[in-house]
Amino acid sequence: MIRIRELAMRQGSFHIAGVNLTLPDQSYAILMGPTGCGKTTLIEAICGLRPVTSGSIQLGDHEVTRQPAFDRNVGYVPQDSVLFPTMRVDHQIEYALVIRRIAKKERRARVAELAELMGIGNILKRFPQGLSGGERQRVALARALAFRPQLLCLDEPLSALDPTTKSQISALLKRVHSQERVTVLHITHNPAEATELGTIVFEMVGQDIVRIRS
Amino acid sequence: MPKDRPASRCSLGRRTSWLFWSSMSGLGGLYLILILLLVFVDFQYANWVDIQTSLADERVRFSIYLSLTTCSLAAILSIWVAVPTGYVLARLGRDSIQRNLEQRPRLNQLAQLIRHSVDTILDVPIVLPPLVVGISLLVLFQTPLGRALDHTTQDFFSWLGFPGIRGITYEIPAIILAQFTVAAAFAIRTMRNTFEQIDERPELVALTLGARRFRVFYTVAMPQAWRGTVAAFTLAWARSLGEFGPILIFAGTARMKTEVLSTTVYLNFQFGNLRGAVVASLILISVAVVALITTRLLLLSGYRGGRR
Repeated sequence: MIRIRELAMRQGSFHIAGVNLTLPDQSYAILMGPTGCGKTTLIEAICGLRPVTSGSIQLGDHEVTRQPAFDRNVGYVPQDSVLFPTMRVDHQIEYALVIRRIAKKERRARVAELAELMGIGNILKRFPQGLSGGERQRVALARALAFRPQLLCLDEPLSALDPTTKSQISALLKRVHSQERVTVLHITHNPAEATELGTIVFEMVGQDIVRIRS
Repeated sequence: MPKDRPASRCSLGRRTSWLFWSSMSGLGGLYLILILLLVFVDFQYANWVDIQTSLADERVRFSIYLSLTTCSLAAILSIWVAVPTGYVLARLGRDSIQRNLEQRPRLNQLAQLIRHSVDTILDVPIVLPPLVVGISLLVLFQTPLGRALDHTTQDFFSWLGFPGIRGITYEIPAIILAQFTVAAAFAIRTMRNTFEQIDERPELVALTLGARRFRVFYTVAMPQAWRGTVAAFTLAWARSLGEFGPILIFAGTARMKTEVLSTTVYLNFQFGNLRGAVVASLILISVAVVALITTRLLLLSGYRGGRR
C-alpha cells in the first residue's frame, strides 16, 4: 500500500497542498490532470527528488518522506526516458543491481529476463545515441524495473511516441504490470490511457486528487 | 515554397550568401594572418643553426625540461581542484539553491549571496595582473604561516628525495604554485561550463536507482565530462607554460635552478641577446603547438569513438 497524506510542496510561485492519495498493492494507478497542474512535481516528491513542505509519504510499512532518493526503492521513468548517454544499454539495465552488489550471474539473468520482456535483446550492446523513441522508453523501463522496486513511477510514458509505438508500449506496460507484480503510478493528461491501462484512476482537480474509477 | 524558383534569384541568393560569409570571416582572417606573421618572422629572425646551438646548451635544455615538468604538475593540480569545484558550482547554481531552499527565503538569500561571492573570488586570479599574483604569493610566504610552510616543506622534499629543494619560495615548488594559482582559475571556469552543459536529469535518475552522490558523479557525470576535462587540462597546461610574471617575482630567475622557458626569453632579452630570446620563443611556440595538436587529435578520435 502506498499512502500519501496531506502532502504540500512549493516550486517557485506554484504550490500544491493537501494532496491525499492511496494506492493498493499491485494496482495500476493513473493520475490525470492538465499540463502544469503539478503531476510531475508530485512524482518527483514521491521519488525523493524534491523536498516537501509538510505531509507524509508511506511506502508499505515505511515512512519515506524525509528519506533520500537512493534509499526509497522507487523506480522512476521520467518523460523522454533520460538514459545515461555514455553507458551501454545492458550496463544501464544492470546499474541498480551493481549498486546493490548482486552477483554477476544473477545480474546477467535479470538483464536477459527484462530484455526478453521488453523485446530489446538486439540492442543490449548499443549506446543510447541512435535508439528510437520506443526503444529508449523500453530501456528506461527495464532500468527502472531491474531492482524490483516497490513502486514504479511513469511520467507521461506514452506522450512523445508515434501512434504505432504508443500502442506497442501501452501493451508492454500491461504485460510489465502483470508479470512484474509492481504497483504502478502512471501520470498522463490523456483520458484514453486511463481507460486502457488503469485499474484505478485519479484526477487532479485544483488542489485535490479525486478518485474517478476503481 | 515554389519549386520552380527563377535561376536569377537562385544565383542572387548564392551571391549574397557568399558576400555574407566572406564579410563575416574577414576580420577573423586578418587576425589569423597576424598570428601566422608573428610565427613566421620569428623563424625568419633565427636560423636553424641558432636553434641547434641553443638546444645543445645545457642551460636551455634544463629550462625546457623544467618548463615541461612544472607546467604538467601545475595542470594536474589544477584539474584535481577544478573537476570537483566545477561540478559543485554547476550543480549548486541559482536554480538548485532556489529549488531546495524554497521554503526558507532568508537562508535562500544567504546561500545566493555566498554563491555569488565564491564565484567572484574564483575569478580574481583571471583578472589580476600576473605581477600582482607573484607579489601576493611572496607576501603570503613572508607571514608566520608561510614561513612555517616553507620550513616544513623542506623536510618533505628531502623525504621525497629532493634534498636540493629548500622550501617553496625561490625554489621549484614556487614555479608550480605560481602557475597553479592562475591556471586553476581557468580550469575551474572550463569545468564549470562543461558540467553546466551536461543535463542533470540522468544523475537524478541514477539517484532513484540507488546510487549515492559519489557513485553518480563518477559513473554518470564524469564519463560525459571527459572532453571538457581534456580541454581544461590543456588550457591549464598552456597557461602554465606561458606564465612569467608571478614566476619572476616568487621563484626568481636563477639559472639552472628556477629558470623556465619564459624566464630564458626574458634573461636573454635583458642581456641584449635578442637572437637567443627569439630562439627560446620558438621553442616555446613549438612545444605549445605540439600540445595543441595532440589535444585536438585526442578530442577528435574520442568524438568518433563516442558517435559509434
